[in-house]
Amino acid sequence: MKFLPNSDAERRDMLAAIGASSIEDLFATVPSAVRQAPDLPDPLSEIEIRRFLGGLASKNANARDTAFFLGGGVYNHYVSAIADQMLYRAEWLTAYTPYQPEVSQGTLQSIFEFQTHVCLLTGLEVANASLYEGASALVEALLMAERLSKGRKRAVLSAGIHPEYRETVRSYFANLGLEIVEVPLGADGATDPRALGAAVDATTFAVAVQSPNFYGVIEDWAVGSAAAKTAGAASVAVVAEAASLAMLKPPGEGGADIACGELQSLGVPMHLGGPLLGFLACRIEHQRQIPGRLVGETLDAEGRRAFCLTLSTREQHIRREKATSNICTNQGLMALASNIHMSLLGKKGMREVAQQSHAKAEYLKGRIAATPGYRLPFSGPTFNEFLVEAPPGVDAAALLDRLAARKILAGIPLSRFFDSRALPADSADRRRFLVAATEMNTRGEMDHLVAALSEVRA
Amino acid sequence: MDDLHYSESHEWVRVDGEIGTIGITEHAQKQLGEIVYLELPEVGHVYNADDEFGTVESVKAVSELYSPVSGEVVEVNKSAVSEPGIINDDPQGDGWLIKIKLSTDEEIGKLMSAEAYAKYVSEEEQSK
Repeated sequence: MKFLPNSDAERRDMLAAIGASSIEDLFATVPSAVRQAPDLPDPLSEIEIRRFLGGLASKNANARDTAFFLGGGVYNHYVSAIADQMLYRAEWLTAYTPYQPEVSQGTLQSIFEFQTHVCLLTGLEVANASLYEGASALVEALLMAERLSKGRKRAVLSAGIHPEYRETVRSYFANLGLEIVEVPLGADGATDPRALGAAVDATTFAVAVQSPNFYGVIEDWAVGSAAAKTAGAASVAVVAEAASLAMLKPPGEGGADIACGELQSLGVPMHLGGPLLGFLACRIEHQRQIPGRLVGETLDAEGRRAFCLTLSTREQHIRREKATSNICTNQGLMALASNIHMSLLGKKGMREVAQQSHAKAEYLKGRIAATPGYRLPFSGPTFNEFLVEAPPGVDAAALLDRLAARKILAGIPLSRFFDSRALPADSADRRRFLVAATEMNTRGEMDHLVAALSEVRA
Repeated sequence: MDDLHYSESHEWVRVDGEIGTIGITEHAQKQLGEIVYLELPEVGHVYNADDEFGTVESVKAVSELYSPVSGEVVEVNKSAVSEPGIINDDPQGDGWLIKIKLSTDEEIGKLMSAEAYAKYVSEEEQSK
């Protein structure tokens, strides 16, 4: 059986057509020093390769076989078997932003429902059909705010925004001539309102705050919105743990102009850190600056309910280099998964997920705080994730490794998000780690974690 | 024929003393189709000839608006912003877009007369 698309004769013909005598010739411009053939092992049979790759895969720890308390932007929430099964339907497998949209009514309907869910969760009026993930959603929200400001150059970001999101913003802004000002957190772990007020001026186009923030602390959206309003800037609300939206005040009610972030928590498995699912929503008066696709509801020629892509005139395929954004796609399959998941859970289910996650995290937080040597650096209220500081002399990364060996994935060391060389050996940041809980954690697991923390310390 | 001056990017200017009123042509309106959104500058903005001063969005496309002349914006047509359909209904009358205080009277001569513009449009059509 032939697996390779070209025959030797076809290759000879193609080489002759371009005047090359061998395939090697095509790589002549690549210096031979960097052209070393990789040292690959001999071919394996299908049975052997399954055994080999299965062995590699089993080296990964997974959330099923461990006590799992990792968060930091990706959360271990339950996804129903029904949602999985729906996703496997062949009609959905090619779910992608439709390029012949109106004949794809099912896809459009699902996107429209997804947008509706996002609007309900954020308390805003218009949501797009999704973006790749939270970090680029924040970038798109900021660029949108910059367009709305017509010429302002400064974005004010809370230091409580996920460090990887902020890094992504820095990458984009580096070549756009836009400035970033970061505002530190106060002793409670929430963005310092005074520092925020002082950072905002007439050149500011956006004030962005994340809640719950990267350290798990719940922020008051109104603080960022008030600072934005005084400067005539857009208030941008960032959400990395979307399950919280079922319990906390929605960004729209807190005065946000744009909400953005990550919806992985609502129906997308953790995978190995991706694909994730970004979202962006805004007030209706800003809809012409929203990036990406929008599905609208309309009536067809016979007066029946139908769906269409709307405001496409802003987009790249029509407006070319003058488009509002380079985004002209969406995270189709993940948005579909999330829509199915949210429809299954409903209001009541989503609230229960949020309440259970919160209640379990509160239990765990209380027990860790009562464990000798461990402390909680921040006093502000949290949702389902919180920062823990290990006793002096205990390096968080090393501690977590020891727990992982006992099948407890207890948290994420903060040192992972900083240049670790810049952190002094026994500094507080080296001893700090984030712990998250969801509805998936049992009391037994949590008690086990607490016991292990005190043992490892001793 | 009329007293308007026409640009190759399908805008017109009517001069009254030192004030030039600017809009899009009947031909442009027809090409765009139903206009749904209009973005205009604020009073006080200063433009050079051929600068972009706004956008007009129809159900088919978004197009940039270019000022045929240099000067400062002294008035914008707020009714066209709130009801862009009047650009379709009366592009060379009630559907005007902005008024500019001309910084020079030398640019007007470079624009086309109604007759020249009609010829320009028919040539443009044929070359398609």
